[in-house]
Amino acid sequence: MVYRWVRMFHFLKGYLFMILAVPKEILDREHRVAITPGNISTLQKLGYEVQIEAKAGESAAMPDQAYVDQGAVIVNEAEKIWTQADVILKVNPPTMQEAGWIREGATLISFAYPARNEDLLKSLGQRKINWLAMDCVPRISRAQSMDALSSMANVAGYRAVVEASHAFGRFFTGQITAAGKVPPAKVLVIGAGVAGLAAIGAARNMGAIVRAFDTRPAVKEEVKSLGGEFLMLGFDEDGAGSGGYAKVMSKEFIEAEMKLFAEQAEEVDIIITTAMIPGKKSPVLLTKEMVRSMKPGSVIVDLASEGGGNCELTEAGQKKIEHGVTILGYTDLPSRLPAQSSRLYGNNLLKLVQLLGEVKEFSINQEDEVIRGALVLDKGKVSWPPPKVEVSVQPTKPMEKPIHKPVEEKKSVFSPGLMLGGLCILLLALGWKGENEFLDQVTVFVLSCFVGYMVVWNVTPSLHTPLMSVTNAISGIIVIGGMLFVSGSNPWIAGVAIFLATINVAGGFLVTHRMLKMFRKE
Amino acid sequence: MTEGLITMAYLVSGLLFILSLGGLSKQETARKGNIYGILGMTLAIVATFASGEVENFKLLIPLMLAGAVIGALLAKRVEMTSMPELVAILHSFVGLAAVLVGLASFLDPCHGELSGTDQLIHDVEILLGVFIGGVTFTGSVIAFGKLRGSLSGKPLLLPGRHMINLVMLGASIWLGAQFVEQGHDQALISLLMVMGISFFLGVHLIVAIGGADMPVVVSMLNSYSGWAAAAAGFMLKNDLLIITGALVGSSGAILSYIMCKAMNRRLTNVIFGGFGTSGGSAAIASEMEGTITEISADEVAEELRNAKEVMIVPGYGMAVAQAQHVVKDITETLRGKDVNVRFAIHPVAGRLPGHMNVLLAEANVPYDIVFEMDEINDGLPKVDVLLVVGANDIVNPSALEDSSSPIAGMPVIEAWNAKSVVALKRSMAAGYSGVENPLYFKDNTHMLFGDAKDTLSAVFSKLA
Repeated sequence: MVYRWVRMFHFLKGYLFMILAVPKEILDREHRVAITPGNISTLQKLGYEVQIEAKAGESAAMPDQAYVDQGAVIVNEAEKIWTQADVILKVNPPTMQEAGWIREGATLISFAYPARNEDLLKSLGQRKINWLAMDCVPRISRAQSMDALSSMANVAGYRAVVEASHAFGRFFTGQITAAGKVPPAKVLVIGAGVAGLAAIGAARNMGAIVRAFDTRPAVKEEVKSLGGEFLMLGFDEDGAGSGGYAKVMSKEFIEAEMKLFAEQAEEVDIIITTAMIPGKKSPVLLTKEMVRSMKPGSVIVDLASEGGGNCELTEAGQKKIEHGVTILGYTDLPSRLPAQSSRLYGNNLLKLVQLLGEVKEFSINQEDEVIRGALVLDKGKVSWPPPKVEVSVQPTKPMEKPIHKPVEEKKSVFSPGLMLGGLCILLLALGWKGENEFLDQVTVFVLSCFVGYMVVWNVTPSLHTPLMSVTNAISGIIVIGGMLFVSGSNPWIAGVAIFLATINVAGGFLVTHRMLKMFRKE
Repeated sequence: MTEGLITMAYLVSGLLFILSLGGLSKQETARKGNIYGILGMTLAIVATFASGEVENFKLLIPLMLAGAVIGALLAKRVEMTSMPELVAILHSFVGLAAVLVGLASFLDPCHGELSGTDQLIHDVEILLGVFIGGVTFTGSVIAFGKLRGSLSGKPLLLPGRHMINLVMLGASIWLGAQFVEQGHDQALISLLMVMGISFFLGVHLIVAIGGADMPVVVSMLNSYSGWAAAAAGFMLKNDLLIITGALVGSSGAILSYIMCKAMNRRLTNVIFGGFGTSGGSAAIASEMEGTITEISADEVAEELRNAKEVMIVPGYGMAVAQAQHVVKDITETLRGKDVNVRFAIHPVAGRLPGHMNVLLAEANVPYDIVFEMDEINDGLPKVDVLLVVGANDIVNPSALEDSSSPIAGMPVIEAWNAKSVVALKRSMAAGYSGVENPLYFKDNTHMLFGDAKDTLSAVFSKLA
């Protein structure tokens, strides 16, 4: 109601509020939604009026009511939601029809794949749209929280294992049962990027033996940390390229690699391939012969199927069985885990929206390299590809082991030898001049210092505070000094000393007692 | 009582004090240690009463009773978070008592009956007792004020302060030389002047030291109070005072050393140089690259519930927020769910050596799940969730990674090795050292902003 009322002041739009809309994804087999109910409050804090198309989140298990509870407005007609919005958040690029609805000058954030969507770029360009592409967010460390490609790859890697286990007729984990021994399944993951690592983790957690191969030796540690075994070629060539992808390798390397795959194909039960090179056809890593050599019942999941597939026999989007081997070429793996991928994607989107600032100060700041990288349409002008910027290698190099540097060993003037020597000289000097009674006292003093030194070193650090309060108390022994003078000519001076020292004695011991009582063992 | 008996009684109480410190080395024997101390003190006082040298009981007994009552009340009332203040103020009492005993000793009619070297030695002892006592007294009062927050925790650095210290030291020595030469009345003035200088020196030394260096300061003053007592012992030719003073003095010295080591600094550096003032070079780390990720109390509860190994790293912020009880509630709930919760304590966490341990003990956290930094650093990669409660510099990775950092080389709890880190903090302000903490920008770190007690209470309510 209030919202309708506010709408009357339409001319204030852009100053006081902006409408941010999330249409329902209409692509076939797409179950994701761009924003989850959990994101709404943050968007509102930025100043947006959030509108959601009816049933947008339904197939991701996020009913309309959940959005309404967070304060979003449900809009029933698709056309209306597109025409009203100032900012539109989406998963997939819009269809031509949707592109026709969008209000002139609006901002759209979604996956864009600009290389294969030229028509769409043109059509949106005519409407002076700002289009930020989630798939073009530069892969620098600052933008990691907006890296939707990684989020989706993570989901896809996990789902690949689930699909494989679904198609695979056996347990993943080894078992010894009354009905006989079950060997664990062997899984080979080719390419240890985000998706590959997720697959390694998932397969390991299900109990399989996991091997992984990657052209970049740097990822070995990560594979190992997830419990996978890293296969080596015994070949010295680093395949680390830019933007987190591997580069194309030399001929010799590829031959050695293919030999390894051929060997592994005979042995393993499941192969998950993730080798993609951006903008290029995916390299063929598994030949027909290799598929034929695999055990019947084996499964291949080809995550690179969209780019033609890593397996010669992959058909994009299809499941098929060749020579008894199931080959899965699904291209919609993230969408098959809609609640999870929507949540991750929603968070990625949110970070990008936050980068645009609060509604009052909404701006598409091209100085920011993250925004510049993602911006494919700038008020309708094609601004893709962005000018080259240095991108960091992904996954980031494992942190070099910190070396514990004691920072220039400071030469202390008080080295133990020197101190002992000094002490000896001092004592001898005293002996030279002093008298017996005084020297006795010095003896007692020096010995006591050493006893104290020996004893206190053994004190456990957790008792340092009680140690201090006990020493507080026993240094109250100075009360004796006061007592010896209290009968003299200045009883009040001594009296005050006695008074203070007694506070110390009583306070110190009692507080120590109180503290020690609190320490308990289980 | 014969003089021989008294001497032996003093010897026994000296031994009891040694046993007392020895007992404190382990949790199991600590309470016994405290009892030895009490026995030793009682014996010493009773023996002194019985020595025949003490008469004026009419004054003595009420004063001692009043002191005991006030001490007992202090001990009973003090909040465990305020232990550093109590310890500091007790140090100041010893310091002042030493000054007074020195004065009394000088004014005593027996003074002046000695001759030659004996007289010289005695005078020097009085001077030392008054001087050390004076520095301890005012220094501890300032430390007390800083710990309470009634004085600013920031170091106050007067221009040419090293010069001021030197001049004052020189003046004391010169006055001291006058003192031993002069006749009684003039000597008194010199003595009082030395006393005044020592008071000023105590203030000046401690105002220059910053808040987080307080563990070192307090243990150093602990040491001074011991030396002051020992000086009084020399003055009175009393072996028990000498023994006790020496014990306390070396105990405090060792604690100061341990604290300095835990900060990778030298004692002289703590005493004479505030942070970044001695180095001169730009101490503030370059601006951090990366983003921080916030987390809600809800999500923290979720993470904790799903974890198997949880590590909690408390710091001064926990004491300030009085969050130890809710920390314990969370610990108990999680342990009820079979989550292994442990604590990691850095030696300089808090404002007093071992302060965090006492706070946790007060909240009834069993001490066998509380570990020292060195015991747990290697096991951190196995920890699922690590909670940093109000600590900053002691979990700063730049201490190990960045050799140009002002805290480079300081041993730290390697929190970032845990699988997930949740840092509770009031704001993004840098820690005491003024160094940015890259921990907060790591991928596996999430920030929970707000007062530690409030945020943890929220986490606890979601957990239960």
